Amino acid sequence: MLEACQLRYAFHAQPPLFEDVSLRLGAGEWIGLSGDSGAGKSTLGRLLAGHDEPAHGHIRIDGEQLPAKGLRPVQWLPQSPELAVNPHWRVTRVLNEAWAPPETLRRAFGIKPEWLNRPVRTLSGGELQRVCVLRALAPGVRYLIADEISTMLDPITQLALWQALKAEAEKRKLGVLVISHDAALLRRLCQRRYHLENARLHAAEHYQLS
Amino acid sequence: MKTTQPRLRALVCSSLLALLLLALLYAQWWLGDLPTRMQFEARLAPPGLDHWLGTDALGRELWARTLAGLALSFQVGFLAALLGSAIALGLALLATFSSRLDALISMLIDTLLSVPHLVLLLLIAFALGGGLQAVVIAVAITHWPGLARVLRAELLQLRAAPYIGISRALGKSRGFILLHHFLPHALPHCLVGALLLFPHAILHEAALTFLGVGLSPSQPAIGLLLADAMRYLSGGYWWLGVFPGLGLLLMVLSIERIASSARRAL
Repeated sequence: MLEACQLRYAFHAQPPLFEDVSLRLGAGEWIGLSGDSGAGKSTLGRLLAGHDEPAHGHIRIDGEQLPAKGLRPVQWLPQSPELAVNPHWRVTRVLNEAWAPPETLRRAFGIKPEWLNRPVRTLSGGELQRVCVLRALAPGVRYLIADEISTMLDPITQLALWQALKAEAEKRKLGVLVISHDAALLRRLCQRRYHLENARLHAAEHYQLS
Repeated sequence: MKTTQPRLRALVCSSLLALLLLALLYAQWWLGDLPTRMQFEARLAPPGLDHWLGTDALGRELWARTLAGLALSFQVGFLAALLGSAIALGLALLATFSSRLDALISMLIDTLLSVPHLVLLLLIAFALGGGLQAVVIAVAITHWPGLARVLRAELLQLRAAPYIGISRALGKSRGFILLHHFLPHALPHCLVGALLLFPHAILHEAALTFLGVGLSPSQPAIGLLLADAMRYLSGGYWWLGVFPGLGLLLMVLSIERIASSARRAL
């Protein structure tokens, strides 16, 4: 169980972006998170994956702190895949950064063999996002924070990506936090949904999401 | 025309430098003892067919002495640029480890930059007793801070890039990130920095030798040739200063032009 307890985050001397945010994500569970731009969704996602430190509160996995070294069991997938890879590397190097994904999985995520030897900058955003998602599925990863990963993709690619991820997550009982503005997507994928507004986290059932 | 002109200029400079380099690399072999061989019957001979660039007060061939001097200057410039950029790169990489280390390195950079570097250069060269090694060390120690400041800023910006955090989250060690993310990113900047440092180092070597704390008087260094020329300039022996000076100018300008082209290409 990934647990966030009473998280508070503020940029320097600014008023808190959010406070008293508590969240639980179980194995195999899919949770949705929505909120206006600038509400702090991505920051919350980064905190949960250990990419940033909260001003107050803590994050635990089965009661333990996130490990300081080695593969982190929580992986953050950012919206812009171009920023998530070394721009000078080739696709195969990025894909194998943490593990060597088998060919069956590469095929399931629509990663073509001819991409492997290409520099990452020659791939489109959608193609690169698939590489980033598969890279993050290394053995030992138990939770994924998918931060608007399909926003910049066309509907067909979106569907293919979510289907591949859903199948793999179900097989491995991965817990997934889906951050998105798309209410229909969240309704379809997630068992529970939250909305971040006025620096607080609310159950989304109380909100009419657009 | 606009795009071909800088390319043409870079090509001309590269070819010129390559020719000069070839001449300098083989100078020791094909010049033999010519730069130091004295001909008392031909003292202070003007440039002509017998003595291409003239001779000095001891009858030594000036063209041979200029080439040998440029070879020495090139050697000093190369070693000093290599050492200076290695120090800058090492410290810039170290600055990414922790904010405390970064503060310490920044303080060191600011301190060294606040001291007039010619004074420091003279003091270090003097303290180390002069000679090739002293000049190389003095130039490297006084010239790394400028490059280190640029590299440090570049690497600190890179440290905040999402893919560095993701690499760490994927279990990559600090050493891996340093070698596979930071170093390849910094190397092209470092190369340009080293190229820009090169002409500086050559000029400082000449200046130190001119002031008497550089290379030994037995070596035909450009600084020494220029210092000698000063004594004879009022007698009308213009070739003693003009040719070594022109050679130095040509080499420095060629390297500088190549470094500028490399910086623009980056």
